[in-house]
Amino acid sequence: MSLSLLILSGVLFAAGSYLLMERSLTRIALGVGVLGNGVNVLIVVAGSDPADAPIIGRVGELTDPLPQALVLTAIVIGFALLSFVLALAWRNWTITENDEVEDDVEDRLIIRRNSGSSKSTDARHREDVSP
Amino acid sequence: MTVLLSLVVLLPLFGAATALILRRRPVQRALSFVTLGMSLVAATSVLVDAWSNDEVNVVRMGGWPGSFAITFVADRLASVMVVIALTVTLLVLLYSVGQKSAGERSAFYHPVYMVMSAGISQAFLAGDLFNLFVAFEILLMASYVLLTLEGSDAQIRSGTTYVVLNVIESMVLVTAVGLIFAATGTVSMAELPARLATLPDGARMGLQLLLLVAFGIKAAVFPLFFWLPDSYPTAPSSVSAVFAGLLTKVGVYCLIRTQTLLFPGELNDLIVVVGALTMALGVLGAISHTDMKRILSFHIVSQIGYMVFGLGIGGTTAIAATIFYLIHHIPVKTSLFLVEGIIERDTGSSSFDAVSGLARRSPAFAAVFLVPALSLAGLPPLSGFLAKFAIVRAGVDAEQWLAVAVALAVSLLTLVSMTKIWVGAFWGDVEPATSIGVGILRRHALMSTATALVVALSLAIAVGAGPLYDFASKAAEQVLDIAGYVSAVKS
Repeated sequence: MSLSLLILSGVLFAAGSYLLMERSLTRIALGVGVLGNGVNVLIVVAGSDPADAPIIGRVGELTDPLPQALVLTAIVIGFALLSFVLALAWRNWTITENDEVEDDVEDRLIIRRNSGSSKSTDARHREDVSP
Repeated sequence: MTVLLSLVVLLPLFGAATALILRRRPVQRALSFVTLGMSLVAATSVLVDAWSNDEVNVVRMGGWPGSFAITFVADRLASVMVVIALTVTLLVLLYSVGQKSAGERSAFYHPVYMVMSAGISQAFLAGDLFNLFVAFEILLMASYVLLTLEGSDAQIRSGTTYVVLNVIESMVLVTAVGLIFAATGTVSMAELPARLATLPDGARMGLQLLLLVAFGIKAAVFPLFFWLPDSYPTAPSSVSAVFAGLLTKVGVYCLIRTQTLLFPGELNDLIVVVGALTMALGVLGAISHTDMKRILSFHIVSQIGYMVFGLGIGGTTAIAATIFYLIHHIPVKTSLFLVEGIIERDTGSSSFDAVSGLARRSPAFAAVFLVPALSLAGLPPLSGFLAKFAIVRAGVDAEQWLAVAVALAVSLLTLVSMTKIWVGAFWGDVEPATSIGVGILRRHALMSTATALVVALSLAIAVGAGPLYDFASKAAEQVLDIAGYVSAVKS
């Protein structure tokens, strides 16, 4: 098992998680990519040590083909996910002219409740939850 | 039989590909109905086989031996879930054709809908963890598209939360699969029970927690449920109905598999606590809202709590109760969202403050809402009562008094919040100036027919509760019989 690959996977996980927690959608998209690659490296490390290519007819020490098949599938899925998040970020940009993930309805409701007077809370509540 | 089993997943995928090429809407609609209908027939014959012959149908794609193949396993639980999921997707398809939403008119709606159906079936049938991950990705990717298909402001905002949360879920799941492979050298669910048992306790618990977090996000259990009430209400009603009925249940199904097959009897106390908190917080969220879709979304969370509680108790009776609950809950929850969709389509609002007097305008329509609403709250003689009774009885047997008390209180609060919708939208004065609600069933004939059929399905579950509960008990025995599963898949 390769220590450098393990460390690489750890670094990618850390950087990816950090990026995912950002407010900006482009950084989240980058985070999805980085984190996905961290997982891919992890699966490669999880397989056997590097050895000869596993082709029928060869003898001697062969590498385990299963994790490589898994990683290939995971890469394709990661690519699709990343493109979807990018498309979402683009759509968000065309609508709102900014790149930020907005507060959800519950958050906005609580903020308004705390800052506004309690008298008209009900009316606001109604208007806010039916966008 | 093995051909039929793979057709359940392959037919919708093939239909989706064809529908993408032939982009004319009538052709796409016909293709959706035909392929999903054919899958349902195939799945039903598999279920009949599982019911009558005690068969566990196993398919290895491409004829690869043992744990190398992509394996589909249809035991009793998996086949009944596939059948009920396909029935509901088919009825909701009928509804969405009647709804004429902007989403359904898109050339991508029908292909994506079929892909989602294939993903759901595959998740139920998956015989190894990686295959399960792929199934999750198929159904999630389709659900991302369906949720944001109209591309409106609200959809993009809530879609972002949904997508990011589910991306995290996918990453946790695939990390868990990778680590399990590193620890045991296999991802096949038939090989795993024996190999996991030889791991050190700490490593095993770590792997289990990773899987629980991944499936817990999908099933929307405490404390990972907050994305659900935010994202489901913005989708068109037909889409949120099928999400509400099926997607969270896939998560619950996977929790059942993890807890019974891979890690039997471990961390059950934690799961009971999580179940009780999920029930309580979900229903409290529901009570605080006036928007029907939001109320119903919070109720999904609360009802998931019951199933998780049943799973946490463990043992044949509790698992049987959980399976029965799972089966009953799918049509009930779906039909409530469908009814809400008709109201929204007719009145333009999903807030019950804006609608009133529907019961006087159309008593038949009110009945279509009342049956699933009371069933959700657990009033006899509806299926919800039987399901809740079974869970609570299992809880009493296991002497989980606190969680049983929570379950009963939550049931009462569910009734309170259903009454709120009833009083708000169905009772009250009819505004003479408007014609809201007059002939609501006739004007939305297709939507109403589909909704009535889903309600009829839930009534059928109540009527046939005896045989169905026996079936659930047998399914529970089979789920708990690890040796039986392993030998059936390996042979």
